[in-house]
Amino acid sequence: MAYDLIVIGTGPGGYVCAIRGAQLGMKTAVVEKMATFGGTCLNVGCIPSKAMLNASELYEEAAHKFSAMGIKIGKPAVDLAAMLKYKQQGVDGNVKGVDYLFKKNKIEPFIGTGRIIAPGKVEVKAGDGKTQVLETKAIVIATGSDAARLNGIEIDEKRVVSSTGVLELQKVPQKLLIVGAGIIGLELGSVWRRLGAEVTVVEFLDHILPGIDGEVARQFHRMLQKQGLSFKLSSKVTAVDASGKTLKVKVEPASGGTAEMLETDIVLVAIGRVPYTEGLGLEAVGVKKDNRGRVIVDAHFRTNVDGIYAIGDVIAGPMLAHKAEEEGAAVAEILAGKAGHVNYDVIPNVVYTYPEIASVGKSEEELKAAGVAYNVGKFPFTANGRARVNLTTDGFVKILADAKTDRVLGVHILGPDAGNMIGEAAVAMEFGASAEDIARTCHAHPTLTEAIKEAALAVDKRAINL
Amino acid sequence: MAEIRVPTLGESVTEATIGKWFKQAGDAVAVDEPLVELETDKVTIEVPAPAAGVLSEIAAKDGETVAVGAILGQIKEGTAAAPKAAPVQPAAKAAPAPPAPHTPPRSAPATAKPSEAPLAPSVRRLSAESGIDAATMPGSGKDGRVTKGDMLAAIERAAAQPTPLAAPAAAVQVRAPSPPDDASREERVRMTRLRATIAKRLKDAQNTAAMLTTFNEVDMSHVMALRAQYRDLFEKKHGVKLGFMGFFVRACVQALKEIPAVNAEIDGPDIIYKNYYHLGIAVGTERGLVVPVVRDCDQKSLAEIGKTIADFGRRARDGSLKLEEMQGGTFTITNGGIYGSLMSTPILNAPQSGILGMHKIQERPMVVGGKVEVRPMMYLALSYDHRIVDGREAVTFLVRVKECLEEPARLVLDL
Repeated sequence: MAYDLIVIGTGPGGYVCAIRGAQLGMKTAVVEKMATFGGTCLNVGCIPSKAMLNASELYEEAAHKFSAMGIKIGKPAVDLAAMLKYKQQGVDGNVKGVDYLFKKNKIEPFIGTGRIIAPGKVEVKAGDGKTQVLETKAIVIATGSDAARLNGIEIDEKRVVSSTGVLELQKVPQKLLIVGAGIIGLELGSVWRRLGAEVTVVEFLDHILPGIDGEVARQFHRMLQKQGLSFKLSSKVTAVDASGKTLKVKVEPASGGTAEMLETDIVLVAIGRVPYTEGLGLEAVGVKKDNRGRVIVDAHFRTNVDGIYAIGDVIAGPMLAHKAEEEGAAVAEILAGKAGHVNYDVIPNVVYTYPEIASVGKSEEELKAAGVAYNVGKFPFTANGRARVNLTTDGFVKILADAKTDRVLGVHILGPDAGNMIGEAAVAMEFGASAEDIARTCHAHPTLTEAIKEAALAVDKRAINL
Repeated sequence: MAEIRVPTLGESVTEATIGKWFKQAGDAVAVDEPLVELETDKVTIEVPAPAAGVLSEIAAKDGETVAVGAILGQIKEGTAAAPKAAPVQPAAKAAPAPPAPHTPPRSAPATAKPSEAPLAPSVRRLSAESGIDAATMPGSGKDGRVTKGDMLAAIERAAAQPTPLAAPAAAVQVRAPSPPDDASREERVRMTRLRATIAKRLKDAQNTAAMLTTFNEVDMSHVMALRAQYRDLFEKKHGVKLGFMGFFVRACVQALKEIPAVNAEIDGPDIIYKNYYHLGIAVGTERGLVVPVVRDCDQKSLAEIGKTIADFGRRARDGSLKLEEMQGGTFTITNGGIYGSLMSTPILNAPQSGILGMHKIQERPMVVGGKVEVRPMMYLALSYDHRIVDGREAVTFLVRVKECLEEPARLVLDL
């Protein structure tokens, strides 16, 4: 029996692609290697980490903020086992949701490892070793990514862990050393710092959060230090000695020099992620990859082999679940003969720390590099009524608008609930809005979103509450 | 206070020159009374008063260039002064005395809203402040929405227009100064927009097409005899004179059907053959040449063609032709004969590929059946674009036109 579409991988890119394809009348199947659907994001990534971030943040609030608001609860305590269970329930609920959506859309799931044996032919090898071959008109590779490894440092997921293992620690470590001051490292570092660990972050570059607007990253860096995280910038980890009871980590200056040994209980390697195409059989069918192992696709997500497409982390672009989702829907629409399209200029990016960082569009550094003349409008949460009463006045909203046309080119929010607030900016930018358009849109009072409106007014130097 | 704005002038027309104000500031005006004449590339239109009252302000003076939607002036509303206005309507030569047959697009910006999408708040503000109607502009945003940047650019263009028009003109004035004695006897006059457009289009046509002209002559005695015989009957039945032009139009349609290349145009790498016959009829006016188009000539009777042409001629002279009436022609006929021309080489009306030149009918000695006879003869000229029309085709076309006119029965028999 032949399918119209087989999607390999059921992460956010893959499952959205399958559902969109089924909605458009394609006979669709998915192949998933894990026991549950949802990929990295739902099982060991975005979702469980957000559960831990939420729980640990509330714990910190209970410990430090409640008394200021007149709530007396004594000293709160952490029951890590129960917290991990709460996290797992969140994961299970989401994963089952995907299962339900597949049934609802009559998508046939195959559990096993997918391998493309020829264009239009996918072999699925189940856990018991049995194989079957599925035939299809189109194949979409949505196999995602895996944690990048550090040369010479083995990840055992017990003491030297990736983002997966760090969410399964059964005991709050006394000391946690994180390699990489990117989004994953800082989010998970925040979790364990709140729960009581002493956290040190080692970063090769001289600043944290590469790619994030410099002003935002610098301010955030200071906030994290105040929260108790310590940083070793311009440094690299060259070896981890796991022979003793504690781990001994060799840290050297990035440019070389005298090494120092740091003792820690846990090392989290969070230096990024790499495309995952192992065992897919891409070499055999001749699908080309670039020098970073990413599957090469054209603007319509076609690989160089007819009938084979790829989306998400496995191709170029930011490794973000929502970017993969957009691509999944777009490729399904293209396969159905419609005009699927992803606007890569408007993809929000969120760091779920406290405070959160959310951005969409260009950073100041990018605009300067491109020689674009722009105006800046900035508004601090200290001047926002809602943030003040909530005692969450850290951070600001920054809007970058074209100096000539006033078109919004980038929005950067460092502050409480930034991730939820960035949606407004994304919609505005998708429609080519000017800063004035945001400024002239009524925002409810008292809300944090008023800070966005004020920043838009500030582009024209006419903020009201500052 | 009612604003007087430049109405929508039709597709591809974004600006106009103030031809003449019929009223001065302080004059009383009646509603719908023509206030000002605007010249565009193609037509001259009158802008009527949107309300009765007193013309309180004139924002754009004679000769200035204005963008679509721009403010021309203001009317202070109030009926007190209106009665005085009505008799003061001589409005010089241009204002047509008979009930104006034209329908000026009154307050067009308010009515023509091609886009249903709501405008962004910044665009609404800029539209209100500048008077440029965002609904008539192409947008660069999602699904063609107009963005603030589009509006700012349009406003900048509108603001810059009076100057750039003057600037290149200044640059062109490289003519060496005349001796003072002569200079004092020269007159420098700015070309009207219509004249400038004619100049540009004619030169463009020459630069683009591989243009050449083939000639023939036609014995008009049969058509003239036919005309003499049925003149009264025809006019009585159809209410229009039986003119020569109708025969030429029909003869051309007949020939165009046989030689489709003459009715075609070049578009990039393609040739577009048109299976419809919209013939432009060149009409000279005191402002310059205009070419109204008689549509679907193959489906019109001689009487209908005659009526349409007569109406066009009248309205071309009083300047009330509408823009769309001058668009979409596939072939053109020009008659230099009315001014006495015996022979000429017309220039193509680009992007068309053929133009027929008619000339004066003159009695000449012709050899007919071995004997010299006096016949009413007309030279015919066909200028054509040799890029897509071969010499054989051009000559065949002209011969077919000649035959149809010498034996009008061919028109009836479709030969």
